[in-house]
Amino acid sequence: MVAKAGTRREVKAKQVSQSYLSLVWWKFKKNRVAVFGGIILILMYFCMCIIPEFIAPYDLEHSTNFPEARPQTIRFIDAQGKFSIQPFVYGLDKKIDEKLRKRVFVENTSVKYPISLFVKGDKYKLLGFIPGDIHLFGIRNAQKDQYVFIMGTDSLGRDFFSRIIFGGRLSLLIGLIGQVLTLLFGSVLGAVSGYYGGAVDMFVQRFTEFLSAFPDIPLFMALAAAIPKYWSPIAVYFMLTIILAFVRWGGLARQVRGLILSLREREYVLAAKSAGASDARLMFQHLLPGTVSHIIVIATLSIPGMILAETSLSWLGLGLRAPLTSWGVLLQEAGTVYAIRFTPWQLWTVIFILIAIMAYNMLGDGLRDAMDPYGGR
Amino acid sequence: MVNYLLRRLGYAIIMVVLVSFVSFVIIKLPPGDFLTQKLAQLQARGDRSAENQIAEYRAKYGLDRPFMVQYTTWAVNFLKGDFGESFEYERPVKDLLGQRLGMTVILALATLIITWVIAIPLGVYSAIKQYSLGDQVITTISFIGLGMPGFLLALLILYVAIIILNQDVLGLFSKEYVDAPWSFGRVIDLLKHLWIPALISAVTGTGGLIRIMRGNLLETLGQPFVEAARARGLKNSQVIWKHAVRIAINPLIVILGSEALPGIIGGGALVSIVLNLPTIGPLFVDSLRKLDMYMAGTCIVFFTILLLVGNLLSDLLLAWADPRIRLD
Repeated sequence: MVAKAGTRREVKAKQVSQSYLSLVWWKFKKNRVAVFGGIILILMYFCMCIIPEFIAPYDLEHSTNFPEARPQTIRFIDAQGKFSIQPFVYGLDKKIDEKLRKRVFVENTSVKYPISLFVKGDKYKLLGFIPGDIHLFGIRNAQKDQYVFIMGTDSLGRDFFSRIIFGGRLSLLIGLIGQVLTLLFGSVLGAVSGYYGGAVDMFVQRFTEFLSAFPDIPLFMALAAAIPKYWSPIAVYFMLTIILAFVRWGGLARQVRGLILSLREREYVLAAKSAGASDARLMFQHLLPGTVSHIIVIATLSIPGMILAETSLSWLGLGLRAPLTSWGVLLQEAGTVYAIRFTPWQLWTVIFILIAIMAYNMLGDGLRDAMDPYGGR
Repeated sequence: MVNYLLRRLGYAIIMVVLVSFVSFVIIKLPPGDFLTQKLAQLQARGDRSAENQIAEYRAKYGLDRPFMVQYTTWAVNFLKGDFGESFEYERPVKDLLGQRLGMTVILALATLIITWVIAIPLGVYSAIKQYSLGDQVITTISFIGLGMPGFLLALLILYVAIIILNQDVLGLFSKEYVDAPWSFGRVIDLLKHLWIPALISAVTGTGGLIRIMRGNLLETLGQPFVEAARARGLKNSQVIWKHAVRIAINPLIVILGSEALPGIIGGGALVSIVLNLPTIGPLFVDSLRKLDMYMAGTCIVFFTILLLVGNLLSDLLLAWADPRIRLD
């Protein structure tokens, strides 16, 4: 990027007077790709984790009489060529497809359902306590069997778009919660091991080595397979999160240890020590903060792996199971040859997963550059 | 050198024993085992003699004995080359794995070759033409490839093949060749089918390798010896390929060792499941799901052995390729 001489001088002036954080923020803002990734993530987390009930037109378990219906096209121009500013979908008629020998649904061009914003629908409780029944979009005053399925339905006639939104809640959260746990394990153990050295260090080192010698995916699978089948879905969810975190903290612990080792010898640490600071205070007040920027970058870049691990485990039938709904659980149904042939719209899940992963990668890459504001481009 | 080798080997053996023991423990963790699952199935079908049958099995496989006895028996037999019997298929694990080993190795090799053949030239190109349009395109593509998990890509490819092209890319052979003996036609048929799964499994690795190659080469190009070579009046191509790339490629040897060998079992397992390929990966995943413990244990132990051997080999190779590195 070519910057004009004037702006460059401005930059210099800024760098002298600004704090580290504002420098990071300033450099991060300049990276459009990273900001874009960040915005997508904020949107995704807000829509899927905080207000999924509002975004999804139907309740998660709302089954209809339209199993395996293909997505309705959202139209502005009807069969007679009339244009309307309000989008609409055609109603669905049941038909037997002779060639496939299967019941299919076709659009009935004589029935139009206009799509409106903010319509009343299934009742819900936002975040478990705010009651409501308004949904982002849908059919106003919908009668029985009047639905809009923008991404089709599954084998029980449940709206697939709604299921993807609700599925995102578990999948996105498992990435975040799992990563927080990894950070806790990794940074505390890494810090202790780097600070004390000796036997503690030895033990933590050998343990992380053992974890890394153990093949990654098989370890996931073996541990996940060890979750008892009769556990409640919620217990399985938390167990899976813990497993993901447990397998992955080793790498982080090593890096934190390395950083602490180099920070430990600095003068300010000696000063704090002579001032009578306790070990815990030295570690958590003086040493760990020095590694925070590094940790944040690693964390952001490894969340996609976490999300993918959940997705692939659930898809294999080793992770989450129905009645829980996550992207992996949705893939279980979508990922068979039968499903791809007859209900290919269920692959929308894959698109959503990819968007989330790409967004995290973009954000993480931008953060990595921004966290070192003194370096060159 | 000999000392170093001995120490590494000793360490590896301890690791394998530990891993095999822990994997045995993990497989034993969930309540019940393969036979209790089977018992429930048989009883659901209304089989009266189910319990006797299962008890017989239990005695036959030694599942009624204490845990440590089971483990040591299996471990001792393992050393003798007997990996136990798969409950699921009621056949020795050795035969089942052997059957699929050939295809697995072929697929892993194809993936490896594709990854390197694509990644190295692209990485070199994008390093010597830094910030050019080509570099930015390659960087973007490698970025996407790096974030693209193989099995999701496989699902999308499957969709394209089934819905749009209306043909199936499933399996490694056309129908007429599946059970046919090896012949020239069969080899051609295999090659026709092989490239799709190999390419899919290669995507993630390629993305990463391009980025690493680019970074390494950029770093090397800034070093004095490259400048010295240029100053001696060598041709640009010679400076890049003979001097810079030669050094920049060294760290990749580590990746070759630590990923290629274990990749034979673990790599592309998920892709193989989607595309229904006759490799070891799906067998292993299935054994974990069904608690088929000797099968799963054998796979994990082999995976670890390959990982450790790969690491050792790559360290030795690296020392051989780069005389500045000393092993001690």
